[in-house]
Amino acid sequence: MNTPPLIKPLKRFTRRSCIHLAAIFATSLLTPAIAGAEVNTTGLAVTDKDVTVGILHSVTGTMAISETGSVQAEKLAIKQINEMGGVLGRQIKYIQEDGASDWPTFAEKSKKLLVNDKVAAVFGCWTSASRKAVLPVFEQYNGMLYYPTFYEGLEQSPNVIYTGQEATQQIIAGIDWVVKEKGAKKFFLLGSDYIWPRTSNKIARKHIEKLGLKVVGEEYYPLGHTQFNSVINKIKLKKPDVIYAIVVGGSNVAFYKQLKAAGIDMTKEKPVLLTISVTEDEIRGIGGENIDGAYAAMKYFQSLPNDNNKAFVKAFKEMWGDDIVIGDVTQAAYLGPWLWKAAVEKAGSFDIDKIRAASPGIELTTAPEGYVRIHENHHLWSKTRVGLAGKDGQYKVVYETKELMEPDPFPKGYQ
Amino acid sequence: MFSDYSTAELLSIFAMQGFAGLILFSVFVLMALGLAIIFGQMGVINMAHGEFMILGAYVTYLISNLFSEYMPALFSMYFFLAMIVAFFVTGALGAFVEWAMIRHLYKRPLDTLLATWGLSLILQQTYRTVFGAREVGVSLPDWLMGSVPLTDIIEIPINGLFVMGLTLIISVAVYLLMYKSQFGGQVRAVVQNRPMAGAVGINTEKTDRFTFALGCGIAGIAGSAFTMVGSTGPTAGQLYIVDTFLVVVFGGAQSLLGTIASAFTISQAQSTMEFFLSGSMAKVLTLLVVVGILMLRPQGLFALKIRH
Amino acid sequence: MSMQNIRAFMPRQDLIAFLVLAVVIFIAMPLAMDIFRLNLVGKYLTYAFVAVGLVLCWGYGGILSLGQGVFFGLGGYCMAMFLKLESSTPEATAIQSTPGIPDFMDWNQITEIPWFWEPFHSLPLALIAVLIVPTIFAYIIGVAMFKRRVGGVYFAIITQAVASILTILIIGQQGYTGGVNGITDLRTLLGWDIRSDSAKYVLYFVNGILLFACLLFAQYVRKSKLGRILLAMREREDRVRFTGYDVSNFKIFVFCLGAAFSAIGGAMFTLQVGFMSPSFVGIVPSIEMVIFCAVGGRMSIIGAVYGTLVVNWAKTSFSESFPELWLFAMGALFIGVVMAFPSGLAGLYRNHVGPFIEKSYKRLRLSYENYRKPDNLVTSD
Repeated sequence: MNTPPLIKPLKRFTRRSCIHLAAIFATSLLTPAIAGAEVNTTGLAVTDKDVTVGILHSVTGTMAISETGSVQAEKLAIKQINEMGGVLGRQIKYIQEDGASDWPTFAEKSKKLLVNDKVAAVFGCWTSASRKAVLPVFEQYNGMLYYPTFYEGLEQSPNVIYTGQEATQQIIAGIDWVVKEKGAKKFFLLGSDYIWPRTSNKIARKHIEKLGLKVVGEEYYPLGHTQFNSVINKIKLKKPDVIYAIVVGGSNVAFYKQLKAAGIDMTKEKPVLLTISVTEDEIRGIGGENIDGAYAAMKYFQSLPNDNNKAFVKAFKEMWGDDIVIGDVTQAAYLGPWLWKAAVEKAGSFDIDKIRAASPGIELTTAPEGYVRIHENHHLWSKTRVGLAGKDGQYKVVYETKELMEPDPFPKGYQ
Repeated sequence: MFSDYSTAELLSIFAMQGFAGLILFSVFVLMALGLAIIFGQMGVINMAHGEFMILGAYVTYLISNLFSEYMPALFSMYFFLAMIVAFFVTGALGAFVEWAMIRHLYKRPLDTLLATWGLSLILQQTYRTVFGAREVGVSLPDWLMGSVPLTDIIEIPINGLFVMGLTLIISVAVYLLMYKSQFGGQVRAVVQNRPMAGAVGINTEKTDRFTFALGCGIAGIAGSAFTMVGSTGPTAGQLYIVDTFLVVVFGGAQSLLGTIASAFTISQAQSTMEFFLSGSMAKVLTLLVVVGILMLRPQGLFALKIRH
Repeated sequence: MSMQNIRAFMPRQDLIAFLVLAVVIFIAMPLAMDIFRLNLVGKYLTYAFVAVGLVLCWGYGGILSLGQGVFFGLGGYCMAMFLKLESSTPEATAIQSTPGIPDFMDWNQITEIPWFWEPFHSLPLALIAVLIVPTIFAYIIGVAMFKRRVGGVYFAIITQAVASILTILIIGQQGYTGGVNGITDLRTLLGWDIRSDSAKYVLYFVNGILLFACLLFAQYVRKSKLGRILLAMREREDRVRFTGYDVSNFKIFVFCLGAAFSAIGGAMFTLQVGFMSPSFVGIVPSIEMVIFCAVGGRMSIIGAVYGTLVVNWAKTSFSESFPELWLFAMGALFIGVVMAFPSGLAGLYRNHVGPFIEKSYKRLRLSYENYRKPDNLVTSD
């Protein structure tokens, strides 16, 4: 790639002087460029000084509510990496694109990032639908996507590193805990009507039935639904021990407010409300007083007491303001740039294929959630925690799995 | 499906379910009244209706913050002030929009649809810029969030009662205003025959502006009340728009009574079906039935007898 | 067709407009752009099918449908179902519990392909379905509404409700439809890799040719008696009815035509973008498509194409540089077009650019004639 412009001006020299001169040129001028070529054989946007990555989230549209935190986390991680000297001595620059909560736009923008901008990695997407839309693009143009959201599993792409938990990691530990600690026997499953809640509830149902316990109801409401009084009545009628809720977005706010107003007091012994969809981010909209007493099963809570996390929360607030809250997905998004940096440094190259080969086994001991490691299947080994929501909008960690949970995107016996 | 339950349980559940339907009814009426005035009386298709509601919700949010900051002692009562302020703020914005935009479009109703859709986009982005993309949590006084236990199963949510009371008050007020006051007479006169109304000395421009502002103001109150049951975010308004229009159209656009009757029918149908079917299917079926009936009876449930 | 008929069908001005558009789409764009940008233009042009249909329905027929996304989506889904079945070979889906069915069905415990998917094993049947399914759907809606003289605002709101019903249905029945994710990861058409650059070029041109076919058909409708009846109907429906025409049949026809155009656009969208999702069926995209049409000029089929291109181009470039400002710009565009330029780009051209060109042309011709005249001048002197 670098030779043709060199040869042109040298044409009129003799062959020997040409070689000679070329050698001088190569040693003097070309040294860094050759180094550049070594770490980047596929024409990515990598120069001697910097490397360009993409950030692809919705900053407009309905999903902007959720994705803002991820963008902030990724920018923070990039800033911190740059302050530490960058990746392979190169500062990270980013190009941010707006997916506008619209899946075709996500596909279009991901193509732009990969084809036009030649970014070395993309941190982005939030909903499964947006990931499904960009996935063929990443596979076709061989890009690398770091995807932060907890999701339904059933996917394992060589071009994606999943930094959130897949469904079994999140669900099984939570249900085991509520059965053991709260003596739960009857479950009511509730969700927004799309693939993640449906798949998650399917796994939950299988697991509950395996334990010999009972699912007394399973209900889905359209995305954006705001009237839950009927289902709340059904819950009252069925008297479950556990309300297992996977409601998302604006529906969340309506659901918890109406649940509380209907006299279902989650601070009492029963029913227990266990959710996998409400992070600290969502509680801001719901209001701490409306969700006080609910439990959530996920891998990260802002209140985790370890030192990594304290430093992370402090840095996050310094960059984005004191009143910000950090949820599970935000933390997972923060891991993306760090995992990518580790993979690049292990591979000694920005090439996607080499990063892919280097990724499994990469550990991050500085993760705010503690320790994570990339599995062969591109998901993360991580611990699952159960948090108790309080009036202040924060979760108190009441349980943590002893071991790291193995990610299992195609769980046998749960399909 | 009911064999597992005792008669007492069943009775109380049906009572509860009926009450849930009534709450939904009140919510629908609140959503639709403002639009019924704007769309039904003026023929303006206000696609930004949801955004006007959200403006009311944001006003409530601001006032609740104001109270908890400076007047925590009075916090429990802030909601009433919030609703009044929401009414005037959204009403003022409505008057401005009417002056700047709508009054040029009275002869082109379908174009008001496009223009107000544009307005809704601008309002959404404004909310996002000012309040952030995330939803804001509106903290409510405790007395509003509780419930009154009647029996051990039946519990009446206080905010539901509150919404129902509010709906009643506003409906009565609108009725009095539209049918018993001079203003209402003028509005109806302008609707029925604009040149004639002008000829007898009614200031039609002023009437239009007040009518539009009134509709928006009611949307503002509705938005303020919905902070109790729903979410407040930049795009939350879009959740309401289809339902709202259907309620108004189903009722027969020009009849306020029709709006109330249609809100009642749709809400009862929906909450009953929600109980027997899954939530998504209930919604689809409700919409299908409404569309089906509209096809059979395009003028809606209650139509004025006018010549087309 | 005699020469006179052709003139009536395609007056000189229209012919020029068609030719210019052909040059823009078939020559200028492919030469000026790399395949990435060209593919984007191809995607935008699929929306132009909808906008052209809207010109006929809305501009001529006065029927504003806020549910055109439904037909775009149905056409796209029909195409996507065929492509998905083709890509779901037992080898490619070996990891599933039931290999050989689409992945999302497997995730939803469906073990065999449902009956209504069966016809989509065959490409001819799928192509027929692309045209027929949305048209029949439009026909049912049209008959139900127009026979009962539902029109104007009511029709707009009911189509909106239809769009929202269909969205909820598609999302809710995810085992059969792919749910909110839609039908994704479409790779080949009869073994031909539609994701390669060469395929994208081919698809772009196929798309352009189909668009022109639709445009010519729309032009035919415009210039035929039907077009004049539509216009008359829009202005004074009752008078047309009193003259003895069955107004509703014309409305049904033009609504079905608009639906068929949209469906072709949807199918081409699926082919060029590689997936189809319920986000096109909803209200928001349907209203956006109306604005494409309005920006172009609701009475101009060629304008609709330009309107689509301009708005989408602005959207892409705006949201690349100022994502936060995009909605302001889009909102301002809506309001601006409606208030200041109700006849859109086509109106601007007709009132300002067109006369200018005409004047320059005349001046040029005059000076040319003066140049040719000198002998006469000499003799007269």
